[in-house]
Amino acid sequence: MPPVSPARVNDFSIKIATVNGTGSASANTLLMKSIFRSGIPVMGKNYFPSNIQGLPTWYEIRVTKDGHVARSGKIDLMVAMNPETYARDVKEVEPGGYLVYDSTWPRPALLKREDITVLGVPLAQLCNENFSGVRTRILMKNICYAGVLAALLELDLGHIRTLLAETYAKKPQLVESNMKAIQLGYDYARTHFPCPLPLRVEKMDRTAGHIMIDGNTAAALGCIFAGATVAAWYPITPSTSLMDAFKMFADRMRVDKQTGRKNFAFIQAEDELAAVGMVIGAMWNGARAFTATSGPGISLMNEFLGLAYYAEVPAVIFDIQRVGPSTGMPTRTQQGDIMLCAYASHGDTRHVCLYPSDPEECFYMAVQAFDLAERLQTPVMVLSDLDIGMNDWMCRDLKWDDSYRPDRGKVLGKEEVLKLEKFYRFIDKDGDGITYRTLPGVHPKAAYFTRGSGHNQYGAYTEDSADYQAVLDRLMKKWASARRYLPRAVIDATAGSKVGIVSVGSGDGAIREAMDVLKERGVALDYMRIRSFPFTEDVEKFLAAHELLFVVEQNRDAQLRSLLTLETAVDKSKLRSLLHYSGLSISSSFIVEGVLAELAPGARAQPSGAAHG
Amino acid sequence: MTFIAKPKVAHPSLPKNARGFTRRDYEGALSTLCAGCGHDSITAAIVEASWGLDIEPQNMVKLSGIGCSSKTTAYFVSGGHGFNSVHGRMPSIAMGANAANRQLSYIGVSGDGDTLSIGLGQFCHAIRRNLNMLYIIENNGVYGLTKGQFSASADVGTKAKKGETNFQPPIDPVLLAMTLGATFVARSFSGDKQQLVPLIQAGLKHQGFALIDVLSPCVTFNDHEGSTKSYAYTREHYEPAVHADFVPLEREISVDYKEGETVPVVMHDGSRIVLRKLDAGYDPTNRTTAAAQIQERMKAGEYLTGLLYLDVEPQKGAFHFVNNTPDEPLNSIPYEALSPGSQGLEKALARYR
Repeated sequence: MPPVSPARVNDFSIKIATVNGTGSASANTLLMKSIFRSGIPVMGKNYFPSNIQGLPTWYEIRVTKDGHVARSGKIDLMVAMNPETYARDVKEVEPGGYLVYDSTWPRPALLKREDITVLGVPLAQLCNENFSGVRTRILMKNICYAGVLAALLELDLGHIRTLLAETYAKKPQLVESNMKAIQLGYDYARTHFPCPLPLRVEKMDRTAGHIMIDGNTAAALGCIFAGATVAAWYPITPSTSLMDAFKMFADRMRVDKQTGRKNFAFIQAEDELAAVGMVIGAMWNGARAFTATSGPGISLMNEFLGLAYYAEVPAVIFDIQRVGPSTGMPTRTQQGDIMLCAYASHGDTRHVCLYPSDPEECFYMAVQAFDLAERLQTPVMVLSDLDIGMNDWMCRDLKWDDSYRPDRGKVLGKEEVLKLEKFYRFIDKDGDGITYRTLPGVHPKAAYFTRGSGHNQYGAYTEDSADYQAVLDRLMKKWASARRYLPRAVIDATAGSKVGIVSVGSGDGAIREAMDVLKERGVALDYMRIRSFPFTEDVEKFLAAHELLFVVEQNRDAQLRSLLTLETAVDKSKLRSLLHYSGLSISSSFIVEGVLAELAPGARAQPSGAAHG
Repeated sequence: MTFIAKPKVAHPSLPKNARGFTRRDYEGALSTLCAGCGHDSITAAIVEASWGLDIEPQNMVKLSGIGCSSKTTAYFVSGGHGFNSVHGRMPSIAMGANAANRQLSYIGVSGDGDTLSIGLGQFCHAIRRNLNMLYIIENNGVYGLTKGQFSASADVGTKAKKGETNFQPPIDPVLLAMTLGATFVARSFSGDKQQLVPLIQAGLKHQGFALIDVLSPCVTFNDHEGSTKSYAYTREHYEPAVHADFVPLEREISVDYKEGETVPVVMHDGSRIVLRKLDAGYDPTNRTTAAAQIQERMKAGEYLTGLLYLDVEPQKGAFHFVNNTPDEPLNSIPYEALSPGSQGLEKALARYR
């Protein structure tokens, strides 16, 4: 008899192993959303292959009454629907946990494990008896396991029905067939197992004022609200859904009701080079424009990014980072483009970067990116990642301030130009390194020539050393001015510790949870989440105020740590890297273990940047 | 070499166009190209054409990539914004700029290297989108700024200045554009201003992608004996097939045309292009036969020139028509009309609860 685990209400993780292209995504969303609607904080992570049909895929649901947003790193209940991955799936279950599998066929010996409870449900058989058609039977088998889980975990069938009704509003017959599959699984589990399990859900009231949304959708909404009118991109995982979402929203919100005309241009480019070229052309011409891509796209955009930096043309680029190098693992997550984005292109180039940590921040930072790009007349890169971009996160409701108006930066109109004796593009009139520009079509007096070749402060071609340097030096002045407009770091120094954690982006949830765990174990840490590059002053202060700093990031080469050593005065020897680069999002346990290993008595005395784990 | 400003002094007796501008108002900075460069003649033709069209200088947007030809956008219409971008990528800048403001006139100047090698992809896709712009290739078969390498338009058998022979077949932009569905395809010669000026005017008025491939000899690296892109060779082998007269809206057709030899085409704004067939058997409105004839004559060593193909309803496939954008420029739509506001957000979020 396996050990009976103690009751775990609203605090456990489920993992569902299926084959992609079998409709499991609908079943998993159904499960997660029904938990969310019961008022219980929940996290969902999709681990999918770079493939359309037939390869293993996993979905992890963490029911978390305390509202954690990262993986726990432990699986309490596994739904093993994919024979191909049975062996590894079974191994992954925590002792005392549960395994649900399809018992239509004899259970392979692989499944034997004495320390977990195995629950066989003849899912295929149930569906074959009740549904016809090969495709329907496959799809319903997956809906059926959702029914089994509903019984085991005591999910609210009412929520499930409502969700199905919303999904299939236009195809009511599908609501009934799906509900039938749910009921089959539900009834089987109730008849054959003691339901509910000690792992179960119980209604709470902690999701009001929250939404479940992925970062790409939130970023796309941000672009809509920023007033972006030109969207150009080349399809690439995991950024494509950002453009899809923009188009969906724009088709609904940006079509003139009287004329049917579209107040946006949506351009599928021939490649990423063209995509960013279009963005630069459009923003040069006064429209708010953006592109979304991933690492390989940024590599291709390098030349144009250098042009936009030097010719001072605004551009907004979303980099939904995935695993590199090269094609890497397109459907896995990483923070591998930190260095690439900071210094993209040849010559002395540097770019403003924003690092959102979740979909909520993707929304607000998307808006901010356009304001910054136009204020600073330079490309702004928003570094999201696959984990933020493609997984559904529970976030606070997005809010909109109707008094918002875009910051179009220093753009002179006809009247203003006519007042000038002569208009020059790169004269630093205000002393902040940010000069005045004009838009085509205004007046002959406003015309200037944009070029990536050497130019002087009047905008004219030059090969004169002093004139060239003057412009390059002013760009550094502008870089310094940028700090004034950038989002500050989020700093939690309540512990008042001499030891801190430094990170960017999507590791935030795991770090916060790890800090709670560490605190319980007597290790209280400070925490700084950097939100922009160039680094703001508060970053320098935090680094200076701590004796030991764990730099937590999701890449092999400690890119954030490198950037910190290059761009701040921090003493390198204070920085300890915790590097997670498996392609899965970082878990709290990884951080806890990493910190404890370093701080434990007898741990190496001399700091080094070696990876943990 | 720094930028040399050209003094803007116009003699009072210089003729003015309908907007009160003289030709000087359509000039730009002083050219820094080699003396006798074909490109400078094309620049002069653009100045003449723009003046004749009564374009307001600020409404002309000049775009280019990298190379000798791409430098020339600085040498005309200084009252219009210019963007000298990166090598081979001008079409994407043009696409973005045009998306932002569809009401300006976009003129792109490129070369054979910029268009047919590094920029071949963007060139093709601008044609596919039927992007509303005039795209001029200043075609000399050679890389000038890097001193004389063959370009992708170099003919088989042509000789480089240092004696090397080219064996790779050329990419012909005219034939390529025809097969890609370009709606306005022309070829001309920098030495034939009479043919070139009306072509540029028609191209600027065309509501879609207008290509003019202009044979433009490189006096420094490709004007020698044995070159098939020299002045002498080009003069001998170019064959005007269709002459295009551009007739602005407010002017009467003043040339006498013989019956059956002309094809008048009315442009979107009421102005007209009158195609005069110099080659009786050539039909510039039939893509298939036109392409076949161009190719046949090319085999015989002749370049047919003039407005070689024209789609009389180009706007149907043009980017903004397909995208269904409003007539007003996207960059002029007030923010209030673009933002769904807090209520719109609330509505959008309903499905994420």
